[in-house]
Amino acid sequence: MARVIVDENRCKGCGLCTTVCPKEIMQLDKTAINIKGYHPSRCIDMDKCIGCAFCATICPDVCITVEK
Amino acid sequence: MAKQLMKGNEAIAEAAIQAGCRHFFGYPITPQNQIPEYMSRRMPQVSGCFLQAESEIAAINMVYGAAGAGARVMTSSSSPGIALKQEGISYIAGARLPAVIVNIVRGGPGLGGIQPAQSDYFQSTRGGGHGDYRTLVLAPASVQEAVELTQEAFDLADIYRIPVIVLGDGMIGQMMEPVEFGKYKKREVPDKEWASTGTEGKRKPNIINSLFIDPDDLEKENIKLMNTYEEIAKNETRAEITNAEDCEILIVAYGTTARIVKNVIKIGEKNGVKIGLIRPITLWPFPSETIAKYASQSSVNSVFSVELSTGQMVDDVKIAVNGVKPVYFYGRTGGVVPLPEEIYENVIKKTGGAK
Amino acid sequence: MATVFKRTEMLVDVPQHYCPGCTHGIAHRLVAESLDELGVGGRSVGVAPVGCAVFAYNYFNCDMHEAAHGRAPAVATGIKRVLPDNIVFTYQGDGDLASIGTAEIVHAAARNENITVIFINNAIYGMTGGQMAPTTLPNQVTTTSPYGRDASHCGMPLKISEMLSTLDGTYYIERAALNTVKNIKNAKKAVKKAFQNQVENKGFSLVELLSTCPTNWGMTPIEALKWVDDNMIPYYPLGVYKDRGEGELK
Repeated sequence: MARVIVDENRCKGCGLCTTVCPKEIMQLDKTAINIKGYHPSRCIDMDKCIGCAFCATICPDVCITVEK
Repeated sequence: MAKQLMKGNEAIAEAAIQAGCRHFFGYPITPQNQIPEYMSRRMPQVSGCFLQAESEIAAINMVYGAAGAGARVMTSSSSPGIALKQEGISYIAGARLPAVIVNIVRGGPGLGGIQPAQSDYFQSTRGGGHGDYRTLVLAPASVQEAVELTQEAFDLADIYRIPVIVLGDGMIGQMMEPVEFGKYKKREVPDKEWASTGTEGKRKPNIINSLFIDPDDLEKENIKLMNTYEEIAKNETRAEITNAEDCEILIVAYGTTARIVKNVIKIGEKNGVKIGLIRPITLWPFPSETIAKYASQSSVNSVFSVELSTGQMVDDVKIAVNGVKPVYFYGRTGGVVPLPEEIYENVIKKTGGAK
Repeated sequence: MATVFKRTEMLVDVPQHYCPGCTHGIAHRLVAESLDELGVGGRSVGVAPVGCAVFAYNYFNCDMHEAAHGRAPAVATGIKRVLPDNIVFTYQGDGDLASIGTAEIVHAAARNENITVIFINNAIYGMTGGQMAPTTLPNQVTTTSPYGRDASHCGMPLKISEMLSTLDGTYYIERAALNTVKNIKNAKKAVKKAFQNQVENKGFSLVELLSTCPTNWGMTPIEALKWVDDNMIPYYPLGVYKDRGEGELK
């Protein structure tokens, strides 16, 4: 089991993480707006996360912490 | 150290070494070449660093880096090269870094010539680059004075965290005169806790920077600079006064020209005309009060600015005299150096024979 | 659970001003992680350029200089000559390094200055609003090449890594990219190696990082990653262009 923590107020909603997740569980949350006015990225199904940290690797603002 | 006969450029370089300068970045340009050449011989002997840069622009930016890292650092050049360094000097001023810049002035504009001139007065005393800043400008009139002012330049730079210009000219740089290095008394200087020597994990990062994107912050920085300049003007303004008590004609001249004017004074004495000389040693801060004081003497009928240029310091002399007396200019340009007789005749002609 | 990935302390914990999806942020992470992992953050001094990364001096948790446009290699030379035991690096964009600063980078390299240069190539001037850079590709539209860069008018883009690798002085030059996870991992190896070289006093190391500029390319951040693959990498092939240490036993 692994876990992904997104610093939602630091995220700029660029979406890069959503394109590299092998389990396709990282998506921009269209229902939420962070303090910068962006849709923050969120892990939609934590159980599927394998802790590969691809999302964190490509995140330009280093918003993602990954535990395993 | 005993007296030794030395060429101005080499004496200036040795003075920097004596002042503890261990980093010099330069570039070839006549008539200052002996400074980098001398440094290239001497620096290795004192385990210092001489580096010839790819351009004057690169050299001044190496100075910026070395100064930010806390070193006593110098560069030298001549007029066109100093023009290339102006942006770098503005950054050094904005980041409040200490540095010494030697300009052995030559005739201009453009490629100009290689003979002595004083046509960089404006460039040196009005900041020279962009923005509200000044540089301290020291103008030696002899090789010995060049040695002492160069040594003091490093202390002034450290005390006030400011770029200091030693403004010589081709003559001072090239002529040989006896010099003594031990005469300058070193001044107290603060330590450089602001330098970028590495946090070692013990402090917040030191940032050497002149960018303040928020106008309120940039204004605060400019005001800080202005306060420093006022303090410098109060403490460091310097001029030499010769024969000026009750003189009829007051001449203001600096550097090589001032030495020639000392002979003009003698010619005056032979002809019963009392001529006085005020020689600014700091071109910035300019000795306005001294000039105003001596110009307002009832004996003085006219004030002259004599320069190796088409007239630049004359503006500051006019500001200082403030209309109290007429201010005239005489000078030669392009590297031509006038004889005392020539200056005397033109001064007398202008003032209608004084008597 | 153990931490697999977390933000390095060599990055100051403040939001960065870069546009959403701009890969400058990734390059910052690679530099910061390398300094952290090599344990040299306390004796590092970085030099920020003029360009989008001008504020890098707020982001790296080490002493920093802000250099005049293009002059970072000269500033770094000055610092390194004063502090030879410090780790000195420059972080520069393509307008800074490949245009106004070409003389400075060429001569710092030729002198084999023992510094590390991180060169961000995004084929455009970002901070000033999208003008053509010396690295702008043929036919690429920018605000100063509105009809597409015309090589017959303003020449072909500069291949900095190839150029500098011809200088005998240089020790290590690699071009990597920040547009895929694989490329980023390789870029991290290159950046860390470039700093390792300096720690071992090997001399001049430069890593060119192909980077994106979604805002001024007029693309979404995701499209920009693809544009690097389709357009930049063909013209700027990735790989090691110089490694004088290749023969050495590590």
